[in-house]
Amino acid sequence: MSTIIQDCLEETCAINPHSIEDYQSEVPRWCKGCGDHGVLASLQRVMRKNNVDPENVVTVSGIGCSSRLPHYLRTYGFHGIHGRALPIATGVRLARPEMKTIVTMGDGDCFSIGGNHWLHAIRYNINALVLVLDNEIYALTKMQVSPTSPAGTRSNTTPRGTYLQPMNPIGIVVGMTNVSFVAQTATWLPAHLDETIERAWSHNGLSFVRILQRCPVFMPKAYGEGGLNFPLVFLDNEDGIPINPALLKRGPAEAHNQRDINEALKVAARVDPAPMGLIYHNPDLPAYEDIRHSRAKRPDHETFLDRLDKVMDRYAV
Amino acid sequence: MSGPRLVRLSEHIVEIVSDAGEGAQKAAVSFAQVCAKAGNGLWTVEIIPSEIQPPPHTTGSASGNRIRLAENPVTNVGNLANVVFAFNEMALLSRFEAGTVASDALILIDDQWAEHDIEAYRQSYRRVLNDVRNKGCRVMEIPLEKETLRHVDNPQRGKNMFALGLLCALYNKDLEIAKGVIANVFKKKSQEVIDTAIKLCVAGYQWGLDNFETSYEVPAVPTDAAKVAMNGNTALALGAIAAGFDLCSMYPITPATSASHVLSDMFEDFGGFVHQAEDEIAAIGVALGASWAGKTALTITSGPGMALKTEFQGLAVMTETPLVIVDVQRGGPSTGLPTKIEQGDLLHALYGAPGDAPKVVMAASTIEECYYILSVARRIAEQFRMLVIVLSDANLATGQQLFDRPDVSHTPRRAPLDLSPVPAGTLPYDWDPVTGLSHRLIPGQPGGMGVITSLNHDRNGKACYDSERNQRAHKMRSRKLAALQKSLQPPEIHGDPDGDLLMVGWGSTRGAIEEAVDMARKQGVKVSSINIQFLSPLPPGLKEIFSRFKKVMTVELNYSDDWGDPLITEESRRYGQLAWVLRATTLMDIDCYAKVPGRPYMPIEIRDEILRNVETPSEKVPAESHAKA
Repeated sequence: MSTIIQDCLEETCAINPHSIEDYQSEVPRWCKGCGDHGVLASLQRVMRKNNVDPENVVTVSGIGCSSRLPHYLRTYGFHGIHGRALPIATGVRLARPEMKTIVTMGDGDCFSIGGNHWLHAIRYNINALVLVLDNEIYALTKMQVSPTSPAGTRSNTTPRGTYLQPMNPIGIVVGMTNVSFVAQTATWLPAHLDETIERAWSHNGLSFVRILQRCPVFMPKAYGEGGLNFPLVFLDNEDGIPINPALLKRGPAEAHNQRDINEALKVAARVDPAPMGLIYHNPDLPAYEDIRHSRAKRPDHETFLDRLDKVMDRYAV
Repeated sequence: MSGPRLVRLSEHIVEIVSDAGEGAQKAAVSFAQVCAKAGNGLWTVEIIPSEIQPPPHTTGSASGNRIRLAENPVTNVGNLANVVFAFNEMALLSRFEAGTVASDALILIDDQWAEHDIEAYRQSYRRVLNDVRNKGCRVMEIPLEKETLRHVDNPQRGKNMFALGLLCALYNKDLEIAKGVIANVFKKKSQEVIDTAIKLCVAGYQWGLDNFETSYEVPAVPTDAAKVAMNGNTALALGAIAAGFDLCSMYPITPATSASHVLSDMFEDFGGFVHQAEDEIAAIGVALGASWAGKTALTITSGPGMALKTEFQGLAVMTETPLVIVDVQRGGPSTGLPTKIEQGDLLHALYGAPGDAPKVVMAASTIEECYYILSVARRIAEQFRMLVIVLSDANLATGQQLFDRPDVSHTPRRAPLDLSPVPAGTLPYDWDPVTGLSHRLIPGQPGGMGVITSLNHDRNGKACYDSERNQRAHKMRSRKLAALQKSLQPPEIHGDPDGDLLMVGWGSTRGAIEEAVDMARKQGVKVSSINIQFLSPLPPGLKEIFSRFKKVMTVELNYSDDWGDPLITEESRRYGQLAWVLRATTLMDIDCYAKVPGRPYMPIEIRDEILRNVETPSEKVPAESHAKA
């Protein structure tokens, strides 16, 4: 069913009581042309489509341009500190597993200062939609090289060009124990972005989505000037991210079985052309908070007191 | 035969030390339980090396416990040890090097080293024993290894139970109690292990009866009150459950970790979680996230972990998210003395986070208080939307104290999370202009959506950068401390309300300070003491109390320059941490007795310091402590 007809039907039949405005708060203060606008709009569309009540959504972020997103998305937002969005989100998941949880981070935020939390959150497999908005540069602090900056990038801390090869975060994520959902998309492919976020939204576990985007001010040339000249390949699988025929103008499609970790590892190791779509998916891994809650049940007050009293017996003299 | 002659004592201190892994810890803990069950007042302190298997037969390998048993309740580690039971002479030497053994102590030592194959051992054994005899100690060589070998093949696995029996004979304890304690200590082992341990204990007991000329009787005062004995970390763990915490997020660090061991063992039965995070930063982050989401969370750590948590502390303060951090202090800076006591984190707790980050800082002064303090901390954290730091230390963490069994029926019933809708436009920081207090919104409450941010913000939660609203937000966060201070009481004075000298302490030094004050007062000194539980905000009335004494000084287990040290002048001297705070807040000339011995103060050390700081009373009593600090 096309989106227009569906929208029309839902409005008429009041199937979806929420409008896009329900997910909007203040006007974003990002730069003109920044990919962050597209990610915000895409999230709002997916939330509306899923008919989610905004009070039941938590959005956690770190520090950086992309981490301002919770200010502009009408949910319960927590704009935290640099690199530490994932521990906060883990706490939310343990405390309130019924809350839908979104995490937004930038490339420096997630891959550099938050690197340890990034690896371990994937291993915990908390049930959260984790979006990394990767523009290959530290932008809010005015152009310093990031872990994903291409070799030779000139920045304020590397005026003569970077010294190292860029990190391939997809390879790291797919190689991490207990990974359950890895996808890659880009802001210059809005339909693909929507489909990817939609797909990640419904995954029960940590859905890691790397979103490629340029920074119009400090990294306008990222990803072949924002996709104009960027070699990519769309991963094709009937259970993957749908490939709109218009997308094929940007790059070819290639058959891929995202349920096969060995195939996924091969794809993840490749950066040129960049694999776009669902790279790995294992829907059967339990989320950390579900494991923990299945083993810890709060007893009623009387049982609680009785158990505490029995504990005291152990130390009685 | 008639057995040993019985000597009645009101209290005694015994230290039991072996190489790490030889089981002196277990012998000592078992003996402490025997004393507790007999009804003695009790305080124990662990003697722990930093390594798991340090080189054996060295002073650095000494591992064991100090036990102070008394007729009446005791509040601290006590003075010089009266008995040292050492499994080798280097373990014995380590106790003399620590300066905590009386010059007329009874020394019990394994005699196997006298004729050991290794000549170096024979020599050092003779040398150390000669030295301690020359100091005035009585030495009794015990065939510990030989006797144990009569019952087991591997004496490493049994000497300690023989030693336990020996101590029961020395202190005239009921062997039946000891058997019960052994069965409990080894309850996870096979019956064969338990039977062997009991056999060895009985053998040790009989050997003692046959060979001791004297045995000691520290009578117990019979009481009907139900008592429990536990260490401070266990008390914190049980206190966290009783306080209604949902989550403890931590990363392993000595000496805090054993609290999470206790919690891990039982928290799920109460619906709680221990989350072992990937690092100290994540540990506080997870606790903060859970707390923001509406549950009650704490994180527990020690000095190096506190350092790593400072940025998140600032976030808790800025977002006014309730959170409790327990810092079980150890020796610093850096890795410092991981297993030993220091009160070195006070200023860090108060001022460690960047920017102005007002928070509540409390200190537990007894093991019993470790149990109750988390209920208070939680209440303050939630009512004031504040970060509360609770300071404990390695002495409280690993020592054991006997206290009244907590009445769990007082545990408040937990209300379900209030997720009722709020009117659209409800402010996340609806600051009361006088107190700075506000109601927090819980994710899931319809109408309350909005963002909380680490950036400066206004009442609506939105980021703002202008000077007026920055000043106001700081003011509102700070004002909460003043509001809390209004509800605090001035500290109780131990001793007279005025006099020549006031000793001011915080945390676990309380018992030793009060005992020292009592000793000095008996000698005619006009000295009193107070213990400050709230370090931020400070309780009201301090300046008024201080003004009634000729001299005020703090007693702390942290570093200060000594008067008379090279280069140290009135301008360059660095003071103890509480002294620093009190000097700044009262503008009074407050002195300090602040040292870093890596062990608790003995009351006589503080008593001697009191005598050094007052006009000579009518009959001057010479200082008798020779302890190194």
